[in-house]
Amino acid sequence: MPILVTEQMTKRFGGLVAINALDLEVTDRVIHSIIGPNGAGKTTVFNCVTGFYRPEEGRILFRDERVDGLLPDQIARLGIARTYQNIRLFGNMSVLENVLVGQHVHLKSTWVGAILHTPDTQRHERDALDESRKLLRFVELDRKSGFLAKNLPYGDQRRLEIARALATRPALLLLDEPAAGMNPRESLEMMAFIRRLRDELGITILLIEHQMRVVMGISDRVTVLDYGTKIAEGTPREVQGDPRVIEAYLGTRRTLPASEHSTAPRRLDPPGGSPA
Amino acid sequence: MAVYLCLVGLVETFRLRWIIANVIGLGQMMLLITAIVAGFVYARRVGGRTPAATGVSHDAPERVRVMLGGAAVGLLVGAALVVLLVVGSRVALRLMFVNASPTLYSLLTFGYDLGPGSALLLLVEGVCGLVGTLLFLVPSGLRRTVLGGLVAVLILSVFQDLLQLLLQSPGPPQAVRGLLFGVDGPSWSGAALVCVVTWALLAAWTREGDHVRARLAGLPPAGRRGFRAGVLAVGIVALLLIPIAGGPFVAQVMVLVGLYTLMGLGLNLEVGFAGLLDLGFVAFFAIGAYTVALLTSRGEQGIAHWSFWAAVPAAVVVSLLAGVLFGIPVLRVRGDYLAIATLGLGEIVRIMVLSDALRPWLGGSFGILAIPRPVFFGLTLGGPQQLYYLTLVASALVAYIAWRLQDSRLGRAWMAIREDEDVAQAIGIDLVSTKLLSYGLGGAMGGMGGAIFAVMLGSVFPHSFNLQISINVLVLIILGGMGSLWGVVVGALALVGLPELLREFGEYRFLIYGAVLVAMMLYRPEGLVPAAAQKRELHEGTADEAGTGTIAVAAGNVGAAEGRGG
Repeated sequence: MPILVTEQMTKRFGGLVAINALDLEVTDRVIHSIIGPNGAGKTTVFNCVTGFYRPEEGRILFRDERVDGLLPDQIARLGIARTYQNIRLFGNMSVLENVLVGQHVHLKSTWVGAILHTPDTQRHERDALDESRKLLRFVELDRKSGFLAKNLPYGDQRRLEIARALATRPALLLLDEPAAGMNPRESLEMMAFIRRLRDELGITILLIEHQMRVVMGISDRVTVLDYGTKIAEGTPREVQGDPRVIEAYLGTRRTLPASEHSTAPRRLDPPGGSPA
Repeated sequence: MAVYLCLVGLVETFRLRWIIANVIGLGQMMLLITAIVAGFVYARRVGGRTPAATGVSHDAPERVRVMLGGAAVGLLVGAALVVLLVVGSRVALRLMFVNASPTLYSLLTFGYDLGPGSALLLLVEGVCGLVGTLLFLVPSGLRRTVLGGLVAVLILSVFQDLLQLLLQSPGPPQAVRGLLFGVDGPSWSGAALVCVVTWALLAAWTREGDHVRARLAGLPPAGRRGFRAGVLAVGIVALLLIPIAGGPFVAQVMVLVGLYTLMGLGLNLEVGFAGLLDLGFVAFFAIGAYTVALLTSRGEQGIAHWSFWAAVPAAVVVSLLAGVLFGIPVLRVRGDYLAIATLGLGEIVRIMVLSDALRPWLGGSFGILAIPRPVFFGLTLGGPQQLYYLTLVASALVAYIAWRLQDSRLGRAWMAIREDEDVAQAIGIDLVSTKLLSYGLGGAMGGMGGAIFAVMLGSVFPHSFNLQISINVLVLIILGGMGSLWGVVVGALALVGLPELLREFGEYRFLIYGAVLVAMMLYRPEGLVPAAAQKRELHEGTADEAGTGTIAVAAGNVGAAEGRGG
């Protein structure tokens, strides 16, 4: 059963077609990867699904409900959470506060209750703290809960960003290059962690990743984008052998107008390549 | 560097006007301090950051060289002043610099002729430079003690009027006053006494401070709570006694501080918590004041003749609604544009009040008069001493509300918006309601300040609500520390209270403001009393070893997990 469906989704920026009539179907409780060369429109897909961009054409359905046209906060409340390619934590808030604020939509306390310090508010706050500590244990950051987020080392920041996303209790989690800038050992760690998200928490994962080892290692299904168009889809093995995918990555000379696209060979970022 | 120091020396020269004690004037003191600071800075540049840690200054020749250098720097400062003297004696500098008066020259030459006076000046400045380097070379405990004593004397002289006022009542206070002050200012013996007492106290603290702190930390939780409650009680009693001990003038100043605290707390909700810059905050202050004026005035504009106590909640509600209305048009505006938009909105309120169209109701530039004083159980809160308590209660209430909001769900949502609006929205925070609540609650607090302002003056005029107030409130938040509640109080004291008490600084007030603000942004951008988050960070800075230890352990865990995985 699909949890997320896009039908003929098209997003344009001026004259540039960032996503071209994309049909995507993400099955519940799978790890689904989107890959493609730089500028293929992967992050734009994320931004459309989370309501940050509004696609010009097509529909987006989340659990059979239309979400295109909703505001990002409304979509978040329906159960879609995301992380960012360049980590975007609340840097001047503590690790604990980052996770607490992630629970925002599930807390019931009001500002009047907070001012009056009602027993209800206190109970909600205690529950929220317990929940946050649990999440921090899950991402192995419980011992750093008092640190400012910006002071964490890189790998911890990645995990904290995921913990904050988990705090919104999503059914679908969008991870934008979670292993970027990681060495092979850390990448392996991250892969194991992403599997746990699906297996232990039952979350569907939609993943953008440049490191082929990660993608091929954990994905149930892979969609390949190039110039905003889906050029292949299938299991990792099927996709790897697809001639169009190889062409897109190795950059065979194309017959597209030079003004619109560079004809220079485009490659995958090397494994462990530059962050951001 | 020499040129820079000359400039500093020159700049300082033009402020030599406040001679306070008979023996040495504050103006002369500033010159000496310039040389001392110059010497200190020089020593730090040359001798490394911390004298004890680097060990550079441990061997004698190095020390001597640093000291000689410091003396030379002091001489340079002196030389700059001598140049000024020589030029001043030939050219009529007064045409350009009003302050280059004969008084100044006689001050610089210590009353002697140009020749011997210059020599003496050079000598003194050289010695001061040397003292500066010495201050750098001695252990930090000793340095703190010596400086503490000097600062205490400076405080004694700068605040002499206030202190004399406080020590007016007969009995022991008057005796202390006689001991410290002569007719013209602090006496020799008084200054020496203050200096020595401060030295003794600081020396004792240097020796015993860690011990005391350790014992305090070692107390059981109940004991520590008791200690904190004791400190709090002493603070509250002190706050209650201020107007009684200080008289109407001090009370009046404190009422102003209280009003600015109220506004600062309100603006802090917007700027400090939610990161929404607002240059039109005075609008809420005006709306609160005018609401009370309209509802209570006995004059021709009064519409209801309510009592003050009924009008205050109304003023708070009206300014809350005004805050929400204010927020709607600027919801989608960010950053620099937000500053300009709020600036405009603030001006709109002032100009509307001034306009002819609303004149029949709001009185135009003539304002609204005859606002009765509040009556509290038969007691009229007329004078500043009574209004002080009203302001104190209002500030305490508002501070409590702000404190509760800070760690609430709403407070966290505000902080998230401040940090990254897009991400905040992506985790489910409704930007519209959260931002409007920030403007509304902030506005309500400002409105409460306005309400008290109205009864304090007994009348309201549009020209009281100009842009300068918005800027002052913003500056006091920045000075105190963005998002910090104590920062607002400290900022209000420093920015509103001090200038009122230091009237004799007159026109130099704004010069000092500017210099202090620039220095703050350079050396302490987080403010005088940083918000909790920043403090935590500083705290971690001191416990850095512990922090890296945890990281190492965590790295070890990752390694172990990796081993299991492979």
